[in-house]
Amino acid sequence: MKKVNGCGGRLLMRVPSPRRAEGTQRERLAALVLVSMILLRATAAWAAEIPLDQRRPDSDFVSADSRAMQNDDTGNPAMLVLLDGEALWNTKAGAANKSCADCHGDAEKSMKGVAARYPAYASALGRPVDLEQQINLSRTTDQKAPPFAFESKELLALTVYIARQSRGMPVAVKDDAKAKPFIAAGRALFEQRQGQLNLSCAQCHDDNWGKTLAGNLIPQAMPTGYPIYRLEWQAVGSLQRRLRNCMSGMRAETYEFGAPELVDLEYYLMWRARGMAMEAPAVRP
Amino acid sequence: MARALIHVPPSAKRGDVIEIKTLISHVMETGYRIGVTGAPIPRDIIDDFVCTYNGEEVFRAKLYPAIAANPFISFFTVATESGTLAFSWTDQHGATQVQTAAITVV
Amino acid sequence: MASGGVILRIAIRPAAATPETMREAVRNAIGEATVKKGRVQLDLPPIVENGNSVPCTVSVESPMTAADHVKAIHIFNEKNPQPNVISIKLNPRAGRAAFSTRIRLADSQTVTAIAEMSDGSCWSDDIDVIVTLAACIEEVKP
Repeated sequence: MKKVNGCGGRLLMRVPSPRRAEGTQRERLAALVLVSMILLRATAAWAAEIPLDQRRPDSDFVSADSRAMQNDDTGNPAMLVLLDGEALWNTKAGAANKSCADCHGDAEKSMKGVAARYPAYASALGRPVDLEQQINLSRTTDQKAPPFAFESKELLALTVYIARQSRGMPVAVKDDAKAKPFIAAGRALFEQRQGQLNLSCAQCHDDNWGKTLAGNLIPQAMPTGYPIYRLEWQAVGSLQRRLRNCMSGMRAETYEFGAPELVDLEYYLMWRARGMAMEAPAVRP
Repeated sequence: MARALIHVPPSAKRGDVIEIKTLISHVMETGYRIGVTGAPIPRDIIDDFVCTYNGEEVFRAKLYPAIAANPFISFFTVATESGTLAFSWTDQHGATQVQTAAITVV
Repeated sequence: MASGGVILRIAIRPAAATPETMREAVRNAIGEATVKKGRVQLDLPPIVENGNSVPCTVSVESPMTAADHVKAIHIFNEKNPQPNVISIKLNPRAGRAAFSTRIRLADSQTVTAIAEMSDGSCWSDDIDVIVTLAACIEEVKP
């Protein structure tokens, strides 16, 4: 039986008093049950897509302090990770003994706009890949080096470094004939109820964005800021890591890193955010 | 060497009070978190931070586990003369890391 | 600890700071000096976005001259496992008695900042903050 993550079982940085942990767990469960009961009443209704002109970036839903932290190059911890990414970009690797720079030159020029176009169809695989997977594809195919593990320090560093080069540029993932089936698959996942709470992503992020959940505002889930520095993790992490957190938050089985379902969902989410400005690396609670 | 970012205005007028911002990569493990084995993860924190300005101490902080990971500290100092600001972070094991920044005072 | 099925992880809970341990921590920092409210401004968000990283600023009214300056600023809390948060030392070269950092808060509680002046007097400010736990978090794998 899959272990359910409850309040008492977390790796807590902060240790609540026994009485409070119990009370909070009850309160949290009660709040989630109440939310799902309210949402369940609308059984036959389709989640309404947010009209294009009502879309707002996720940074609109965080505190002013977090926004300031995100925009301060000395205050954003993801910028420390970016420095590692820059170093890796210039480090020779693999049997080919090439660095990223050897083929791609100065990332500030060659990677401009790249992150804004991912996920993208990879003909070698016959399906889309996200930016992390693309980095690994280049590593294995061109550098002849082993791929980096998902959520490894190195892969996150390179992803942050590359994503930063798209800051301010509009999300521009392709939605041509090849892409459409995958975007549709991602959309189906977004709208599908799942987990013990029988919630879909859409119920929070299409229907209830802007409302409060456990001390934070529910954003629209526009992934323009990934990889992010998440205060909860006190570390930088990928969109896939965050999606897995959402799923375990809903008490659903999570997909493994790199699963096609996660990439399809990423693709749908980026398509949903088309035209919005990239803001990686963002700061989120 | 942990990555660190420092912001010191590159130049200032003599007598100006300038703001300095510092950020260093560190997990600041409290010693209270329980690991997957069931045992607490041992404490591992930076506990001292000192800033000197041309060798003279201008700011010092003693950090405890309640300081968030990737410690950020910003503070003020008077721009007295051109020279070097040195920032040193020392962890509980006694390991120290120093980084410097130059300032021009006109 | 049970094996198989849903494991109830019994977390080892260290004693949290109590009013007594906090008083002791204050005594260790400033001795027997009386603390008066005022001159210090502690800035913390009243509802914390995430207790793992809370932006915190302290500023103290002071000319920061050799004759009249802030020597030290201490921050204490009452519900984390430990009462101390940070202690800073200043001298007139600071120009301004203010600093910012990011702190961890385990629970809703009162946070206190105490400033020690060059004339030996001590001043303080405190703020009550509400800390909630995040909703969508990682599953802990064995």
